Amino acid sequence: MRRVAVIGAGYTKFGEHWNKSLRQLSTEAGALALEDAKLEGKDIQALYIGNMSSGHFIGQEHVAALAADQSGLTPIPATRVEAACASSALAFRQAVLSIMSGKHDIVIAAGAEKMTDITGASALSTLMGAGDQEWESSIGLTFAGLYALMAQRHMKDYGTTREQMAMVSVNNHKNGSLNPLAQHPFEITVEKVLNSSLIADPLRLLDCSPITDGAAAVVLVSEELAKRFENPIWVLGSGQASDTLALHNRNSMTEMLSTKVAAKIAYGEAKLKPENIDVVEVHDCFSINEIIAIEDLGFCEKGQGGKFVEDNKIARDGERPVNTTGGLKSIGHPVGATGIRQIIDIVKQLRGTYGSLQINGAKTGLALNIGGSGATAAVHILGREY
Amino acid sequence: MPYKSSVPLFWRLKDAKYSLVGTKCITCNQVFFPPADFCPQCRRKGKIEKFQFSGNGEVVSYTVIRVAPEGFEKYVPYVVAIIQLDEGTRISGQIIGDINKVEIEKRVKSVFRRITEDNDQGLIHYGIKFEIVD
Ligand SMILES: [Zn+2]
Repeated sequence: MRRVAVIGAGYTKFGEHWNKSLRQLSTEAGALALEDAKLEGKDIQALYIGNMSSGHFIGQEHVAALAADQSGLTPIPATRVEAACASSALAFRQAVLSIMSGKHDIVIAAGAEKMTDITGASALSTLMGAGDQEWESSIGLTFAGLYALMAQRHMKDYGTTREQMAMVSVNNHKNGSLNPLAQHPFEITVEKVLNSSLIADPLRLLDCSPITDGAAAVVLVSEELAKRFENPIWVLGSGQASDTLALHNRNSMTEMLSTKVAAKIAYGEAKLKPENIDVVEVHDCFSINEIIAIEDLGFCEKGQGGKFVEDNKIARDGERPVNTTGGLKSIGHPVGATGIRQIIDIVKQLRGTYGSLQINGAKTGLALNIGGSGATAAVHILGREY
Repeated sequence: MPYKSSVPLFWRLKDAKYSLVGTKCITCNQVFFPPADFCPQCRRKGKIEKFQFSGNGEVVSYTVIRVAPEGFEKYVPYVVAIIQLDEGTRISGQIIGDINKVEIEKRVKSVFRRITEDNDQGLIHYGIKFEIVD
């Protein structure tokens, strides 16, 4: 099958955009990606957009047609993809598959979410739509609660410490302080995390990614067309997997089988091993999840994720730089946009022209986007060369 | 409003929600709670029957919810746990009583309690919670 490359990428400022709607944010991201690709709207043959819950957040469904309409791309096929917080990695994957299949040659993949028009409690309930409504949400569980259940067990089984989880947030905020598009671009300390208010024991406010508005978009093209563009970044592997919707139905609460399966597929397609990956984006919706992800992606042994963080191996100048531009914690987490935001940060690192955010010499990168408490995982591996 | 509820939803789930009635596949002896109509292992060869759980089990993990979703705000802080039921499956449930007595591996038994309510005039949600057995 033919190869696919990313040739345009851009995301909006992430934050509380009280003055911007979902339609404005998605159009803005699309324009950034097209401008970066030096293409016109008329060149685009299909659109995929990841969005988790516009129906609950703003009462608007049918947002793929809306995005095509607002950005003047009609009548191309416009498809919304939903997999909770993994919606846009799956939109990206659909775009990749549509080009691989030969159906399309130039496709835009986007993600957008407008979360701050409703109250915090209402947003928490909406997000719980990604869990099991009848058996998790119904007893008062929240997403912080689900990840707290994993954290408690990880601490008990592997001796992971409260401080190690705090260090995840500290690392990501340190990196995010360099990112002008981040919602919270400032540094924090371990002490600050440990003194922030409890959300769901042992997780505190500064272990949790915020509620955010934002959008992200990339332009993908076929192998034949990619050669006409400057600095194409190649999609080397695309893995996706599912697991039980409810956390309680899994045998292990300290690993995500979906991540392991998706990673195995992506590494296999890319013919790369964990030690060959130069920059990593993981889904740090809660600090504990970065530790679990580092383990499941094979960067260290199961149970050693906390130590890996403590030893500063995830730092920008460490052995395996993780979330080099701030992660979900500092950049923000507009749920439907995060997956493509992660891919964009990998693309920009691999181009080698990311200014103050650049990790020198990065040739390969991996992005892990997770839906819910791990019922969906998508792993993409990208490279400067194939 | 808490999560999407309705009278028919509670009616459909009344045996499970109020009495811990799940299902069992008598082809492979696997038990299911929440009740499954389809055995993922035996697939169409599975034969599913109702199965009464005792409500006895053990804490696999727990947390204290301090920031609640809609409908649960007035109950904070409350404990939510994953319980390994003795008969062989796991469920999520609240644990009542002294928060400080909850630990991983502690034994629990089920109790019937009010869970939440939709609003002043809406449905009252009842269901199963757990308490620590000393
Ligand atoms: Zn069976």
